[in-house]
Amino acid sequence: MADKVLMKGNEAIAEAAILAGCRHYFGYPITPQTEIAAYMAKRMPKIGGTFLQAESEVAAINMVYGTSSAGYRVMTSSSSPGMSLKSEGLSYLAGSDLPALVVNVQRGGPGLGGIQPSQSDYFQATRGGGHGDYHMIVLAPASVQEMADLTITGFELADKYRVTAMILADGTMGQMMEPVELSADSVKTFDKPWAVTGTKMQRKHNIINSLSLVPEELEQQNFARYERYKTIEENEARCETFMMDDAEYCVVAFGIAARVSKNAVIAAREKGIKAGLIRPITLWPFPKKTLLDAADKAKAFISVELSMGQMIEDVELAIRCQRPVMLCNRAGGMIPTPEQVLAKIEEAAGGKM
Amino acid sequence: MIVFDKPKSLTDTPLHYCPGCTHGIIHRLVAQAIDDLGIEGRTIGVAPVGCAVMAYNYFACDMVEAAHGRAPAVATGLKRANPDNIVFTYQGDGDLASIGMAETVHSATRNENITVIFVNNAIYGMTGGQMAPTSLPGQVTQTSPYGRDVKTVGYPIRVCELLSTLDGPEFIARVAVNNVKNINNARKIIKKAFENQINNKGFSIVEVISTCPTNWGMTPEKALEWVDEKMIPYYPLGVYKDRSAEIQAKEDK
Ligand SMILES: Cc1ncc(C[n+]2csc(CCOP(=O)(O)OP(=O)(O)O)c2C)c(N)n1
Ligand code: SF4
Ligand SMILES: [Mg+2]
Repeated sequence: MADKVLMKGNEAIAEAAILAGCRHYFGYPITPQTEIAAYMAKRMPKIGGTFLQAESEVAAINMVYGTSSAGYRVMTSSSSPGMSLKSEGLSYLAGSDLPALVVNVQRGGPGLGGIQPSQSDYFQATRGGGHGDYHMIVLAPASVQEMADLTITGFELADKYRVTAMILADGTMGQMMEPVELSADSVKTFDKPWAVTGTKMQRKHNIINSLSLVPEELEQQNFARYERYKTIEENEARCETFMMDDAEYCVVAFGIAARVSKNAVIAAREKGIKAGLIRPITLWPFPKKTLLDAADKAKAFISVELSMGQMIEDVELAIRCQRPVMLCNRAGGMIPTPEQVLAKIEEAAGGKM
Repeated sequence: MIVFDKPKSLTDTPLHYCPGCTHGIIHRLVAQAIDDLGIEGRTIGVAPVGCAVMAYNYFACDMVEAAHGRAPAVATGLKRANPDNIVFTYQGDGDLASIGMAETVHSATRNENITVIFVNNAIYGMTGGQMAPTSLPGQVTQTSPYGRDVKTVGYPIRVCELLSTLDGPEFIARVAVNNVKNINNARKIIKKAFENQINNKGFSIVEVISTCPTNWGMTPEKALEWVDEKMIPYYPLGVYKDRSAEIQAKEDK
């Protein structure tokens, strides 16, 4: 068992990536995720790895594409405006079925926006970000420990399914300091016979490619990729439930919003309202089944978000619009308070308790 | 016309290039360098977006297809991961000098230990003949139908000259493949650009003046003449930078 150490969320991601076997980091500075780059700049040269400050996010993600083509665990990190630039590469990674880990420590937008925490890249992340039919596995940590654990999980899932995994965090998660336990004990690795490492004149050449000019073939590739996505949806959806056994008012929130919401749920219970919380840990695949099952008992759902309301659409879809879904939100870098969430729960309960 | 034996590091897949297009000759020169140096088994090529996009089917070594302009970044990722691999990019002028200019300049200034083959045909071939960053003043293209007007769209970019202002890169040269003499010289220079990488010297770029008879609206013969009459005067051939040779010359003094 490893000892607990006090770490910032961003640093926990960086150290966990190293424990997961990642020796290649490419990035471009942007607040509020710069600690990841700074950590990598210090550590990578000492352990024979690569830290490279690229000329742009576009270049960084394409360097990731190159290193992933060679079969290595590789990552980049950024924040919202930078993620828009990386979207080109995310689409190409998907089209070439290359694994990678990408971290988005979100800030308020659109445009240059601000540097305070936000969850307003939910659509961009869960719908893929770039052009074309594809998904990424999107992981939403709600503690520094999870920043570390989900980083390792992200590398494993990315390799297992040949997809990009994204850590979708926010400024609070990145800056927050908490004790974490780090361990490389059970990290899984996967064979990559498809990688380009040189034929050594012993096999036919490997080709990493997303071009396919014959529509019948391109369609088949999309079908095959979506078969894999189906497996991911069936096997990898994760969430935490809190006080959900008899919940009539179901709060749905991830990341920092889930921490705030938990306090509100406890306060509601103290007032006699049967509130509960579902905290999606994977935003794609979305934990649809858990939500649908909850709709049996729940009278209403409340989506708590640091955005103008994006996940709320997935909540409505998951429960097939069987119950009303209310939005409790702040935007632009603001965070809802437990009181605000509690007020929304009380509103949903309509004073009847 | 020059007839070569097919180099071993080219596959049997027939090239799709238009008749008289010199992309094919340049493929052979690259493959010959790989053969001559015996590096096929450890070479990885990065194909561009452009007429050479399907180069991944033609070179027998491992291949990666990059996004438009990003080949040097992809090559950087490959080379940093496996420094024992020999990594080259093959890029057109739109790819390298327009959309990918940042990746070009920065991989050069980092002296990234890769080999860049830059095919300058002064046009966007693949998309049907639009103006390129290297299209000549007055050149008629689909998007400069009255001729490239330097007052409104600026002047062509001379990539070798521009990169030569950097301290980073090891080797910068411009060659042509429009006659036997130039082809023989191009063969030597391309081989050197790979040797530099084998010897860990760093970023080596060879700009190859190429033709696009289809979109220039010329016969293959006329296109070769146009290279002599218009392209080479604007883009003089020669070695623009050879750091190791410069150091050697200083030591010899
Ligand atoms: C991001 C992006 N923008 C535009 C295109 C369309 N496109 C394909 S090839 C090309 C130009 C290629 O010209 P060049 O690099 O000179 O190569 P050539 O075909 O002349 O060899 C363009 C603009 C694309 N594929 N991707
Ligand atoms: S369009 Fe031009 S560059 Fe492309 S293959 Fe034809 S002649 Fe060559
Ligand atoms: Mg061109």
